[in-house]
This record gives sequence, structure tokens and C-alpha cells, in this order.
Amino acid sequence: MLPPVLCFERGRDMDIAEEVLNGNRLALSRAITSIENEDEKSTEIMKRLYPHTGHAFVLGVTGPPGAGKSTLTDKMAREYRKRGMTVGIIAIDPTSPFSGGAILGDRIRMNGLTLDEGVFIRSMGTRGSLGGLSHKTADAVKAMDAFGKDIIFVETVGVGQSEVDIVKAADTTMVVLIPGMGDDIQAIKAGILEIGDVFTVNKADHDGADKLVREINMMLDLDGVMKDWRPPVEKVIANQNIGVKELIAQIEKHYDYIKSNGILAERRTKRTKDEILDILGSRIGSYITQKIVDDGRLDDYVEQIKARKTDPYTVVGNVLDEMLK
Amino acid sequence: MEKKIRVLVAKPGLDGHDRGAKVIARALRDAGFEVVYTGLRQTPEQIAEAALQEDVDCVAMSILSGAHPHLFPAVVNLVREKGMNDVLIIGGGVIPETDIPALKEAGVSEIFTPGTKTSDVVDYIKEHVKK
Amino acid sequence: MTEHEKIQAELDKYEESVTKAIARFPERDHLPEKRIYTPLDIKDLDYADDISFPGVFPYTRGVQPTMYRGRYWTMRMYAGFSTAEESNKRYRYLIESGATGLSCAFDLPTQIGYDSDDPISEGEVGKVGVAIDSLADMEVLFDKIDLGKVSTSMTINAPASVLLAMYIAVAEKQGVSADQLRGTIQNDILKEYAARGTYIFPPRPSMRLITNIFEYCSKNVPKWNTISISGYHIREAGSTAAQEIAFTIADGIAYVEAAIKAGLDVDAFAGRLSFFWNAHNNVLEEVAKFRASRRIWARVMRDRFHAKKDKSMKLRFHTQTAGSMLTAQQPDNNIIRVALQTAAAVMGGTQSLHTNSRDEALALPSEDSVHIALMTQKIVAHESGLADVIDPLAGSYYVEAMTNKIEQEAMDYIKKIDDMGGAVAAIEKGYIQKEIQDSAYKWQMDVESGARVIVGVNAYQIENEEPPKNLLKVDASVGERQKAKLAQVKAKRDNEAVKKALADLHAACEDENENLMPHILAAVKTYATLGEICNVMRDVFGEYEAHISL
Repeated sequence: MLPPVLCFERGRDMDIAEEVLNGNRLALSRAITSIENEDEKSTEIMKRLYPHTGHAFVLGVTGPPGAGKSTLTDKMAREYRKRGMTVGIIAIDPTSPFSGGAILGDRIRMNGLTLDEGVFIRSMGTRGSLGGLSHKTADAVKAMDAFGKDIIFVETVGVGQSEVDIVKAADTTMVVLIPGMGDDIQAIKAGILEIGDVFTVNKADHDGADKLVREINMMLDLDGVMKDWRPPVEKVIANQNIGVKELIAQIEKHYDYIKSNGILAERRTKRTKDEILDILGSRIGSYITQKIVDDGRLDDYVEQIKARKTDPYTVVGNVLDEMLK
Repeated sequence: MEKKIRVLVAKPGLDGHDRGAKVIARALRDAGFEVVYTGLRQTPEQIAEAALQEDVDCVAMSILSGAHPHLFPAVVNLVREKGMNDVLIIGGGVIPETDIPALKEAGVSEIFTPGTKTSDVVDYIKEHVKK
Repeated sequence: MTEHEKIQAELDKYEESVTKAIARFPERDHLPEKRIYTPLDIKDLDYADDISFPGVFPYTRGVQPTMYRGRYWTMRMYAGFSTAEESNKRYRYLIESGATGLSCAFDLPTQIGYDSDDPISEGEVGKVGVAIDSLADMEVLFDKIDLGKVSTSMTINAPASVLLAMYIAVAEKQGVSADQLRGTIQNDILKEYAARGTYIFPPRPSMRLITNIFEYCSKNVPKWNTISISGYHIREAGSTAAQEIAFTIADGIAYVEAAIKAGLDVDAFAGRLSFFWNAHNNVLEEVAKFRASRRIWARVMRDRFHAKKDKSMKLRFHTQTAGSMLTAQQPDNNIIRVALQTAAAVMGGTQSLHTNSRDEALALPSEDSVHIALMTQKIVAHESGLADVIDPLAGSYYVEAMTNKIEQEAMDYIKKIDDMGGAVAAIEKGYIQKEIQDSAYKWQMDVESGARVIVGVNAYQIENEEPPKNLLKVDASVGERQKAKLAQVKAKRDNEAVKKALADLHAACEDENENLMPHILAAVKTYATLGEICNVMRDVFGEYEAHISL
């Protein structure tokens, strides 16, 4: 039996993990804060929640900024709610590398869901982590999972590394694109094609939608000769709620496919492995870093390297040899 | 990972004048805060629930229509009812001096009137949020 | 040596001679304008093509041949608060004090199509304007005011069709036929999406409502200005002068295109389009802005839309002094700000003007403050001499150069917006909003750094300033009273007739080819409420979801 996790955060006193499992929304909210801040309680909270995870379906939503990811998420969440499922949404926005601040603006497009008790929306900043979807996002997903959410949307920033990282966190990854991006289609070819399980062309009433669908299909055909799952390309007009049901049908088809073919189990095994390695790596890293900062050795090393008496590779090699023996 | 101050910038009521709210939102971001902006026409219930889900340290509201005597206290009460006794609540907008004591009495920690520097708001939040 | 070369040589000499002195005043060196302007700055200007005469294309000098040598501008004070009874009193006071037109402010629930008893209206009823729930309120609002004589401007946008219908119905009861009615509805939904926020429906049905009004009025209410395409709120939201006219004219282009697409002839409606500008603090920049806006619109209407009638090419505009420039600190200083802004509007050739009151950064204006604001117009008209000569600043090297510069900047924006697919697309992308926000943020940072001095705010402050007294307070019970009145109306009216009228409106909304105005007029006459009518339209049209990017 693990000890209760008491929360003294900002004057509050509660067993966060226990309360999350009891369905306390404020506790879920504060658990995610703990996770995000990687504060001293977060590990304990995760230990307590972990046994209760593994039930939720995690849907990654990615695509370039302006593709309408939040609006589409909003509409899909409403549809899932109609079907009696509870929904968690994690929306990630970029943190400014200069100020460290962030405007978390995705929520605006989901205001209509705020008062639905079956929906919990949480905005997160990337906070400088390269992928933005490191184990903090994954742990926030787990917190929502343990809380009892049936489906959890993870909406990425839509630029850079996050598209690739989403695959690690999600069971099914949906790529949202819109017509009129011009040469951006080239960039899509490069990165996004491999990660999409389902492709969505939003704003399908705009000029160029059909052309975009054709282009994606063409690329998928070139790419997919060897694959069992040929990602479908669905047209939607999210802000008019057109095509959403059909899109969900495709997503469910994919979920069934990965479930029945053992792919889901495989993905989750891989994810667990990654998790262990991630946590291990980051714990070791921060342990060693802390040590050499605290005892002042880091500054010494820097001086020695500056004077060309040694080099970073030798220094790190020595530190590792010493600490890990 | 250092803790970031999270602020919900909210527009309760029906007025569409969000120049101030948006300028504040940007200034808070530039001060290193994480800012959730609600957009226009939010009911007190929506604002309180968003504050809960986002676990913000501060709710900053702006009203220019004169509906503050009703709406500011309504938000304070709902936020407190949800168990967030530690969340700082502040307001701004076209608010006559004479209305301020009653708003503070109702639990709004500070009121910022036209001409306020954004840096004053930043400093106030930094000083007053529960660490 | 040509004349220009001579001037250039002299200019070089001048610049040389002041270098040293200028270096001593670095704090005055950040201004975007040059120190002096010369004939060189306007050497490409063609008098006949670019300036010409008042009342003559491109109307740079004014839309009427006589301007204020004929008639002064309409002194139109925006007013309205609390209940229809209270506002009616204020209107009659204004008319007795010499106001020559009415301008109605509606409360926010009315502007967004909610009745006073809707839960979302809680706390807002009667606050920023008068609450109108049904025709009954409108009858009280204009009680003992002859709608055949007065010209009335209504700041109403998303539900403009409903308020106009109510106005027509009240007039009918007074025995005044629709073709006698003079006035304006704001009816400019695009700037609501971009800057002011009182939208209801998505762009497409909103544009339909607007073109329905154009068409209906061209036949039935021919003296009515069917839209007031507004830059005022765009400026209030923080735009620059050039952005104000650029985004507004882009909106104007979208309306004209929509109407033409709906099958209207450009000359049948374009003459009833009017504009609404802000008069900001920088007097000469503002004068240049007003002049540039007329020139741009004239050319757009002639060259792009092939309008034939002069009237279609004339940009007529209402002006309001800049509310966002009023300070809560030392509020009496605002009287001077408003006087300068008034000067700008008059030298810029406005057709009508609202002057703000000194206390508006603090509350709704008191009657005393409104009086000073109105008298400011009278002083500028009768004592300053500014209204004695038409377009008095024409030919000023600086003002002409500035007019060109603003025109150029605005045209660059319009081009960009065209490339995006027009104003509606640019708003849906959030482009216009973002440009405005960037300017607003820059302004704020300039004030905070001290690069821009605002007297009383970041300079010349008074310690422990006494808060002003005698601010107007809207009676807190107005919401309850309005609710009670509404309940009475609902009890008294023929509810079967209401139901039938609303069902009929519902059907009309679903038929894209149907003009909604006659159906709305029929509904208001049954005392169907504003909220009921708007809910029918919400049901068919849906609601707009704002695009916000920070």
C-alpha cells in the first residue's frame, strides 16, 4: 500500500491521487500541474495513478497551425459525448523561447464544452521541451486516463518535432490539413505522411480541397505499397460540423484494426519501454547534472576546457565512469 | 522544472471591447506567464470552470460595459465554491472609483482602471499569487 | 537649375545647418515624420487628378461643393442608457439644446439579440445604452419626437434589420411613411468580427441580411443610409490611421461585392453607403486620413465597380472623437483633447460629428459633460474660423504628402486583403485582428516606455488625484423594471399572431432567395421580441465562432 499523497500546494490539503481516482476535477487539475512542474509530488502521484491507466483511447491530433485542429476537436468531442463517452482534451501551444511565457489559445474554440461535466480540457505550454510531448504530456494523459476518461485528445502545436512525438503518445494519429497552403504540401510530404493513421482535409468547402485530397492520396499510394493499413483521407468542414461523423467512423475503424491485429498492444509495449528509458535517462541526467553543479565541478571543467587542457568528451566520459561504476 | 504562473484572462459579460484584455494577455506572456484567454462573452460559470480545469494561479477579468458589480462577484463566488480558495482574482476596465470598495469586499483583490501600466499588473500578480 | 533642384540644394543646406542643433535633442528624433516638408514632397501631385475641387472627383476636398459654407455638419450626439423612458428624456433634452440629429446607443443584450430576461443579459441591461425588447420599447423611445423631421442614427449591427423594422413600425404609427424616414443604421458586421465583438450570425447569413436591407431600403426607405461602414471601432481597438481606413474600405468593398453578387445594380445602393471614422489625437495626420479615404473610395467605386453616379463615388462619413484617447486621470483635460479632435474632423470635412464627454473613461457621460461636448462643436463651428474655408489645409506640403502616404499604405493593405480573397477571408484567417492587435500592443509599449507621452497618464501626473464627482450611475433596478415590462408585453399581445409571424420568418430564413425585411417587419408589429426574432435566425443560421489569435 502506497502512502497517500498529500497536497499542500497553495494552501490546499488533499490526497491528490485518491481524489483523482474519486473523480474530483480539481484534483485532476492539480495533479496535472504537479506533473507539468515536475514537482516533488508528481512521481508519487504517478505511482498511485499508474495501475488505473490503460483504458482510454488516445487520439493524437496534429497538423499545421491554422488547420482548424481545435475546432475539429471541439466538434468531434461533442459527437463522442452524444455517444455517452467521457472526453479529455490536452491542447498544447508553443512556449516563447524568449520570455518563457505562452498564450494558450486553443480553449477559445472549445468554449461550448466548458460546462459539460463529461469533458475536461487542459492547455499546456511546450515549456522548451523539444518535442513538447515528452513524458509530461504522456503523464497528463495518464492522469486523465486514471480519472476515467474514455477518449483523450492530444492536440499538438503543429510545428516541428511535435508531429513525430505524438505518435509515441497516441493510439491513433490524425493529421489535419487545409487547402491553400501552397508549397507547404512539399513539407507535408517530408514529415507528416509517415505518421498519419487518418488524414483529414478541413475547410473542404474552400478552393483546392479536392486537389489536396488527390495529392495526399497519390502520395499515400506511392508510400503505402507495403503497408496493411492504407490511411483514409476524409473531407470535413469542422466549423459547420460537416463530415465529423464519417471521420469518427474512420478513426474507429483504425482503432479496431490496431486492436485486432495486435498493433495496439505492440505500440503500447513500445511505449512502456520508451517510458522506462525516458524516465531513466532524465533521472540519471538530472542526478548527475545536479551533482556536478552542486559540488562546483562543472565550473572547473568549463575552465579547463576553455584553457584547452581537456575537452567535453573526456570530461563526460570521466564523470560517467565515476558515477556509474 | 520551475513552476510557471498561469493566468486566465477572461471577458465576462457581453461587451466586445477586448483591446485591454488582449494587451494584458500579451504583456503577461512577455513576462513569462502562461496565459489562457477565454475569448468574449463568457458566463461566470464558464470562467470558474475554465479556471478549475486550467488550474490557474490568477483570474484576470476585464469589463467595459458597467456590468462589473454583478459579474465580478459572481465569478469570485463560483471560483471559491469550486474549492479554489487560493486563486488570486483581479479585475480591470472602466470602473468608477466608488464601485471599487464593494468589489474588494466581494473578494476581488485588486481593480485596475484605465491608464494602468501592464508592468504594474505583472508585478501585482507576481507578488500576490500563492507560491 | 530647375526649380526643384534649387529647392533640393536649399534643403540640403538647411539639413546641414541644423545637424548640430538636432543632435542635442535626441528625444525628439524618433518621430516618423520628417522635420519639414517642401514642394519636393508633393512634386508628383496632380491638382486636377488628385485634389481637384470640392464636390468633384476624387472628392479629396470634400463631397459637397459648398461644404460648411452651405450648412454645418450635423451635430449628432450618441446617447442612450437605461430604459426607453430615460433615453427619451435625454433625446428631447439634446434636441432642445441644439443637437440636429439623434444617435441611439443600445445596451449589449439588444446589440447581441437577447431579451432583457435572458440569463445572459444579467447585469448588462440598460448599461451601455437603452434596452429594447419589443416594439413597445421603441414606441416609448421616440415618444413625442417627430420621426418625419429628425434624422436618427442607430448603432446596431447584427440585429440591425430588426431595429430598423421597429423604427419603420413606430413611424407608421406616427403617420410618417417609410419613404420620409432619414437616418442610418450601422449594420456593419465585418468590423464586429474584426474589432467590436457584437456579432451573432456567421458571415454568410450576415451578409445576406445586409444585402436584404440594401435592397429593401432602395425601394421602400430611399433616404435611409443602409450601412455605416465603420473604422471607428477598428481604431479604438488599436489600429493606426492607415489601418483604420484600409480595413474599413476593404470591408466596404466586400459589401459592394456581396450586393452586386445578389443582383443589385451598384448605382442603386452605393449612394446610401456611408462611413464612420475616428477623430484621433494627431490633428494633421487625421485630416490627411479623412482626405485620403475620400480619394481611395472614389477611385475604387469608379475603377473597380464602374459606378456611374457621382453619389456612388462619394465617401460621406460620420465622425466620433476617439474614446480610447480619453484619460481617467485629470478628466477635464479630455475637453481639450476633444476640441482638437473636433478641429481635425472639421478640417477633414466630416458630414456629422459626435463629440465625447470628458468623463467617459470613468462612466457614461453626465448631462453637464454632454453639454460641454456639444458646445465644443458649436465653438469650433462659430468661433474658430476652421469651418469658414473649405478644405483649408489643401496644398500644405505636409498634409498633402501625408495624404499620399496614408493612401499608399492603405492601398497596400487592400491589395494584400484582395490577395487573401477579400475582407471576409482575411477576418476568418484572423489577419486583420492580428494587425490591429500588434498596433495596439506597440502603442501600449510606447506609452509605458515613455516614447509616447500621454498627459496625466505617464507624465505630468497629479499625486493623490481626487476622484471626480457627479458621475452618471445607471439605476441598478433597470434590469428588473425592464423584465417586468417585457412580461407585460408578452401577456398583452396576441401570442397566436406572434407564433405565426415567427414561423413565417423561419421559413423565409431557409429560403435564400427571400428578402427577410418584410417578414421581420411583420413580426415586430405583432410585438414579437428582439430575442424571439433573433432566436429564429440563430436556429437557421447558427452562431459565429470568433477567430482569436494573440
